[in-house]
Amino acid sequence: MTNVLELVNVRKSFGNETVLQDISFAIPVHTATALIGASGSGKSTLLRCINLLERIDDGEIRLDGEEITDPSINTDDVRRNLGMVFQAFNLFPHKTVLQNITLSPIKVHKVSKDEAISQAFALLERFGLKDKAHEYPDRLSGGQQQRVAIIRSLAVKPRLLLLDEVTSALDPVLVNEVLTTVRDLKLDGMTMLIATHEMAFAKKVADEVIFLDRGVVKEFGSPEQVLGNAQSKELQDFLTSLKSAGRL
Amino acid sequence: MQIRNRGLIAKAGDQASVWSPSPREQERRQKRIEQARNRRLVAIVSSLVVLGSIAILIITSPGWQLVQETFFDRVYGQEVLPKVILGFVTNISLTLIAGFFIAVFSLTLALVRSSRSPALTPFRFLATAYVDIFRGVPLLLVILLIGFGIPALQIKGLTNSVVVLGGIAVIVTYSAYVAEVIRSGILSVHPSQRAAARSLGLNQFQTMRHVILPQALRRVTPPLLNDLVSLLKDTGLISILGVTDAVRAAQIEASRSFNYTPYVTATILFLLITIPLTRFTDRSLRISMEHQNAQGVA
Repeated sequence: MTNVLELVNVRKSFGNETVLQDISFAIPVHTATALIGASGSGKSTLLRCINLLERIDDGEIRLDGEEITDPSINTDDVRRNLGMVFQAFNLFPHKTVLQNITLSPIKVHKVSKDEAISQAFALLERFGLKDKAHEYPDRLSGGQQQRVAIIRSLAVKPRLLLLDEVTSALDPVLVNEVLTTVRDLKLDGMTMLIATHEMAFAKKVADEVIFLDRGVVKEFGSPEQVLGNAQSKELQDFLTSLKSAGRL
Repeated sequence: MQIRNRGLIAKAGDQASVWSPSPREQERRQKRIEQARNRRLVAIVSSLVVLGSIAILIITSPGWQLVQETFFDRVYGQEVLPKVILGFVTNISLTLIAGFFIAVFSLTLALVRSSRSPALTPFRFLATAYVDIFRGVPLLLVILLIGFGIPALQIKGLTNSVVVLGGIAVIVTYSAYVAEVIRSGILSVHPSQRAAARSLGLNQFQTMRHVILPQALRRVTPPLLNDLVSLLKDTGLISILGVTDAVRAAQIEASRSFNYTPYVTATILFLLITIPLTRFTDRSLRISMEHQNAQGVA
C-alpha cells in the first residue's frame, strides 16, 4: 500500500518551547489515522505543520512521496491537495454556503462556475444540506456549519483530509451528525488524519491511533492495541481521566 | 426523551390557542401603561423647561434685536441663496470627485501596508511614512502649502487652478486617514479566516480579495461614512485659496452688505446634507453591530 503522508523526525518549537519532537509516522492511502492526546500535546500544531501553516524546525514531511517541506516548493500547490477542517469551522461569514464551497474550486482549481456549482450541490445533497445552499453560515446550527466546512474542504478533491477536533465546539446532540459525516467519508475511501477527543469514534473509524504526549508519539498502533492495551503510564492516565469525565 | 419533549411542546401549543391573560397579568399591563404615561409627562416638562429657558435667555439678551437683523434676515437670506447654492455645488462636486480618488488611493495604501510581500517592502515603508506625516499635519496647512507651493514651483504644464490644488490637498490628507480606517478593518478580521482561506489553496492576493477585504470593508462602512460627512465639511476649507465655494460665496456677500445672514444660509445648506447622512451612518452602524453580534463563532 502506498503512503499518502509520511513524517520523518518532525520537530517544531515556539521559542524555547519544543512542541513536537521526533514525530515519525505514515498514513497509507484510504486509511484513517486518529490523533489523540490531552490539550496542549501538540495535535493542532502537527496538523498546521502538515498544512504548512507552520514551518517545522527539523525533519521531513512528504505528500505522495514528494517532500513538501522543501523551501522551493509552492505552498499554494501543496495546499491544493490537502483539505483542512477547523475546530471553529472558519466558514466565511460574508458568503453563502454555496459560495463558501465553490470559492476554491473556481478561483484556485479553475473549475468552471457551472461545474463547481453542480459539484457543490451534489455534495450538499449527499450530506443532506441541499436546502441550506443559499443560507449564510450564521443561520445554520453548529453541526450544520461544521458539515458545510467539511464539504468545503472536500470540494477541492484533496488527497488527504486533516480534521482538527471538528466536534469540540459542538454540543453533544450535534456531535453525532458530524461524526456520521466523517464515517461516510471513510467509507468513500478518503485518507484522513483526525485529531479528536472522541475515543469511541476513534475506535470505530480509525485504522491506526497515535497517542501524542507533550509533543512525542508515545504509542502507535491499531485502535484495539492503543486504546485497549495501553502500555505507557501517560496513556493509562489519559484514558483514566477520559473515563472519569465520561468521555470513553 | 425526544418523544417526551415533543409531547410537552404539543401541549404548550394547545394551551396557546385558548390562552388569555390572567387577572394578574392584566393588572401588570395596566400598571405599565400608567408608568409609560408618567415617563412621557416628565420628558415633556423637562424639555419645555430646558429649551424654554435657553430660548428666553437668547430672546431677552441685549443684542437679540441686532442679531436678528444681521444673522436672520429672511428676505436677504433668500436673495443670496442662488449664489450660495452655486458655491455649494462646488463643495458637493469636490466631495464626490475627491471621494472617488480617496477611495482608490487609501485602499492602495492600506493594502500595501497590510501586505507581507518582500517585493513591496520599500512601498510599505513609504506608505507608513506617508500616513504618519499626513495624519500629523492640519488639513488647512496642507491646503496652504499645496495651494501656494505648487504654483510657486512654476513647472510648465502643471495646473494653477485653485480648485484642483485644493482638491489635491484634501485627497492627500484624507487618504491617510481613510487608509488607516481600512487597515484597522483588515486587522480586525480574525486570523482563522486567513488560515481557512490559505488551507483551501487561495494565495495571498486571493485571500485578501475574496475573504479578508469584503469582511473588513463591511465592518468599516460606518466610520467611512463618518469620514464622508467630514470630507463635505472640510471642502469648505479650500475657500482660503479663493475658491468660490459655499463658504466663500457667503463671505463675499456678507462683506458686501455687512449682514451675516449668508453664513446662516450656507450653514443650513450644509446641514441639509450632513444631518441625513449622519442619521444614515448611525443606522448602518447599528445594523452592522447587530449583524456582528449575531455572527457568533467566526
